[in-house]
Amino acid sequence: MIGRFNWAGVVEFLPQLATGLYYTLLISVVGLLIGFILGAIFGLGRISKNKLVYFVSSFYIEVLRGTPVLVQAIWIFFALPLIIGYNFDSITAGIIVIALNSGAYIAEIVRGAVMSIEKGQMEAGRSLGLDHGKTMRYIIWPQAFKRMIPPLGNQFIISIKDTSLLSVILVPELIFQGRLIAANHFNAVEIYTTVALFYLVITLSLSFILRIVERRLDIQ
Amino acid sequence: MIEVNNLHKKFGNLEVLKGINCQIKPKEVVCVIGPSGSGKSTFLRCLNMLEEITSGDVVVDGNQLNDSKTNINEVRTEVGMVFQQFNLFPHKTVLANIMLAPQKVRNLSTQEAKERALALLKKVGLSDKATMYPSQLSGGQQQRVAIARALAMEPKVMLFDEPTSALDPELVGEVLEVMKKLALEGMTMVVVTHEMGFAREVGDRVLFMDEGIIVEEGNPEQIFTNPQSERTKGFLNKIL
Repeated sequence: MIGRFNWAGVVEFLPQLATGLYYTLLISVVGLLIGFILGAIFGLGRISKNKLVYFVSSFYIEVLRGTPVLVQAIWIFFALPLIIGYNFDSITAGIIVIALNSGAYIAEIVRGAVMSIEKGQMEAGRSLGLDHGKTMRYIIWPQAFKRMIPPLGNQFIISIKDTSLLSVILVPELIFQGRLIAANHFNAVEIYTTVALFYLVITLSLSFILRIVERRLDIQ
Repeated sequence: MIEVNNLHKKFGNLEVLKGINCQIKPKEVVCVIGPSGSGKSTFLRCLNMLEEITSGDVVVDGNQLNDSKTNINEVRTEVGMVFQQFNLFPHKTVLANIMLAPQKVRNLSTQEAKERALALLKKVGLSDKATMYPSQLSGGQQQRVAIARALAMEPKVMLFDEPTSALDPELVGEVLEVMKKLALEGMTMVVVTHEMGFAREVGDRVLFMDEGIIVEEGNPEQIFTNPQSERTKGFLNKIL
């Protein structure tokens, strides 16, 4: 069965798939970096005693978690420009989608991790005269960050896979390139299998890196 | 040094402190005893505003704590606290635990903070543990590090919240020994404790609390040998 497909012929299309891989990685890395910053801000916002900050953070998280990534991508690329009168190129739009979407989930990861740190740690910091911000920065955050790593890894993998949905807003990423090739050369099995393997290699590498980071931080 | 007038504390509808009045003089060692749930720890935690005051006045070293103009962080630098559960920072070494606040609050240089930390570790008898992490230490050692950490800010008052209650019995002595040394050096101390031996030997004054009020106070000898209130008698009978 497998033998009747032209696997060797895939080599010819590797440069084009590599271009797709480049955009997949670009959007994943930049999007997740911004997503982590958003997650940290809104995650802490959701623990804030300030009602406005809490409300804004909750609103952001609930809206972004409560709508599909695909809908968010289409809305930002096709609808938002009509509202603000400015067109994004598809790559910028893709980065915004991944950043906003992952940010909402990461916010909940951050909130959970920070809240899991024993109350006594905050009290110990405060009783030494450190203000709330310094106690957060030097005492709570480093401990919470360690606890965030496993769920963060999970979210990173989900977001990387979500970038494949961006093909509908014409981001020239992996599956977009794959569909182009398969449509012109009738080699769907070979190309789509190769694309799937590309994703798998990315996510497996990430898992591996995260395991090393976790071990490095596990100094106690 | 500390003056408390008509202090009330409520958690929701539950009134835990029902009008506490007390004065603590410099260099005095005051032990607070009483049954669990009597409000001892809450009282202590009101002295550095870890608990917000519902009503009444608490003045520490001339600073009115329940005044919104008071910078509570500044007041806390003068008030050390030692917790029942130690609350050391598990991600930092013993040395880093002690150095953190002097560096980040008092702006000491690394060198100065380190010298101070090492001197304090020597004082609590743990010079050899400087590079270890809290989880590698016994409970008694952890609590001695916690005392050193609080002392590193050179506070004027030290608050102890049942410092030996979480310890195995054989480790209690080493912590009390450090506290006794501190008392002899003239540190002002407020100690919530179940260690009657310590209260008797080291305390200048004992406060007996029950149901949110100070039922009886006096010098240890008087409280332990000739308690006036029935409640004090009942409590002491149960534990001695």
